[in-house]
Amino acid sequence: MDIFVQQLINGLTLGSIYGLIAIGYTMVFGIIGMVNFAHGDVFMLSAFIALIFFLILTTWLGISSVALALLIVLVIAMVLTSLWGWAIERIAYRPLRGSFRLAPLISAIGVSIFLSNFVQVAQGARNKPTPPMIRDVIVLFQGENGYNVALSYKQIIIMATTAVLLTIFWYLVQKTSLGRAQRACEQDRKMAALLGINVDRTISLTFVIGAALAAVAGTLYLLNYGVVSFNDGFVPGVKAFTAAVLGGIGSLPGAVLGGLIIGLIETFWSAYFSIEYKDVAAFSILAIVLIFMPSGILGRPEVEKV
Amino acid sequence: MSAGTSNPMQSHQSAAAATHQPLLSVRGVKTYYGNIIALKGVDMDVNEGEIVTLIGANGAGKSTLMMTIFGNPRAREGTITYAGRDITKMPTHDIARLSIAQSPEGRRIFPRMTVFENLQMGASINGLAHFDQDLERVCTLFPRLKERLQQRGGTLSGGEQQMLAIARALMSRPKLLLLDEPSLGLAPLIVKQIFTIIKELNEKDGMTVFLVEQNAYHALKLAHRGYVMVTGNITLSGTGKELLENPQVRAAYLEGGHH
Ligand SMILES: Nc1ncnc2c1ncn2[C@@H]1O[C@H](COP(=O)(O)OP(=O)(O)O)[C@@H](O)[C@H]1O
Ligand SMILES: [Mg+2]
Repeated sequence: MDIFVQQLINGLTLGSIYGLIAIGYTMVFGIIGMVNFAHGDVFMLSAFIALIFFLILTTWLGISSVALALLIVLVIAMVLTSLWGWAIERIAYRPLRGSFRLAPLISAIGVSIFLSNFVQVAQGARNKPTPPMIRDVIVLFQGENGYNVALSYKQIIIMATTAVLLTIFWYLVQKTSLGRAQRACEQDRKMAALLGINVDRTISLTFVIGAALAAVAGTLYLLNYGVVSFNDGFVPGVKAFTAAVLGGIGSLPGAVLGGLIIGLIETFWSAYFSIEYKDVAAFSILAIVLIFMPSGILGRPEVEKV
Repeated sequence: MSAGTSNPMQSHQSAAAATHQPLLSVRGVKTYYGNIIALKGVDMDVNEGEIVTLIGANGAGKSTLMMTIFGNPRAREGTITYAGRDITKMPTHDIARLSIAQSPEGRRIFPRMTVFENLQMGASINGLAHFDQDLERVCTLFPRLKERLQQRGGTLSGGEQQMLAIARALMSRPKLLLLDEPSLGLAPLIVKQIFTIIKELNEKDGMTVFLVEQNAYHALKLAHRGYVMVTGNITLSGTGKELLENPQVRAAYLEGGHH
């Protein structure tokens, strides 16, 4: 019981991060039908941005409140990463729109390689640690054999930030005219243009939102692990993509649900079976789910009356 | 079946003649899909206050002309002017902002948006400025939509989707309304309703309508003027009445068609 609760907390924390990244995959796929392979590296890049600004704020500018520093870092990381997301779409994907289907996919792989190499050259190949940011924990209860079930402040911050930003994001997409235009382009780009929607700008917006949420994930990832390296885009990226597919690619709630499930599978598998095979477990479950539900858990069936 | 409706042609003919330049003017337009030519040099005009219809067989290029006016696909040759402005190379979303609206072929309702949201999308260009007022207006025109505002577009019946497509186009308060086969696949009663509404929009609100139809009889009855398109060319034009009486038109589009 005690280990179970602890793993549940850990899994949901990790799953929050995957879910935030997965939204970027699912939104871009929804609107232009492309898997943005560079998205994982955008996430990694944002973690570096967060790291750099955290160090600048705390050591150079002497901000002593970690909470304040984190908040500023989060905002800066979101803004700068959004700019990257916008620029990547503008430079590497938009010129290829209307080209053959695989062209943007290949371009995305190119961007992915560029980003990880760029960070490797600019920041070095070794892991970059931060000084520990937040160490406090709340002991929820004491289990058998003196095992403490704990909820760390870090985890609270991660889950709360995810919940708040997802709510804001949900409101944006469901209730504002920008979000409505975004959904319209996703469902029928040609029609949206006939109604006066600037489709290119809406696609840019989608990349900006995806990158901003990836930056939230990057900042929280750094907070959680306290270390980041240039190749940290790949594995979390693939897992978030898996989460998006598992939840039903194109579905926003599906992305979040998929993220939580992947996070839970990974932590429970590590705790009860073997840590080496945690990734195999996550991907196997994906394969099994897709055999029985080809369009994912919350995905819509391919055929649809239009 | 619409023998009872009087032909409003005469009164409108003079109104149209009073405006010096056509509201919409298409000159020598050629449109291609890849290397295949779909419009082979089309000329046509729509004057302010008119209902103009374009009839022709399946695959003639009617929908292509409708979409070419909106720049998607773009005319490779020729010019399109609207209210005196050359719109041939204008981006589609900017053309929509000139108060031209289209209910396109296939209706293209946003299937996972509610009826209400679809209507909101229709009002995008004026930022929902007079949304409530316009919503009420289209709900009066199409009472069926009013009961279904929270239903998802994809779950509507064909007739309801058609009503929604027209209502959505009306939400932008267009001066020129393009309708691509509004009667396709609908029950005769609903077709009649829709044609009555088109007539009302034209007569009461002074809206200019460009109507593509396969249902040639009804369309020509309703319209002030008409064009006939055959494989990418305009082959005939004239008043609705003239075309209705034209033996070629009768043979190709009317015999055995209605009743
Ligand atoms: N998206 C497209 N790609 C290629 N060819 C098309 C496309 N749309 C229409 N066509 C072709 O262009 C011609 C005119 O089609 P269309 O404008 O839809 O005719 P209509 O509306 O009069 O039935 C047809 O031969 C059709 O096959
Ligand atoms: Mg057609």
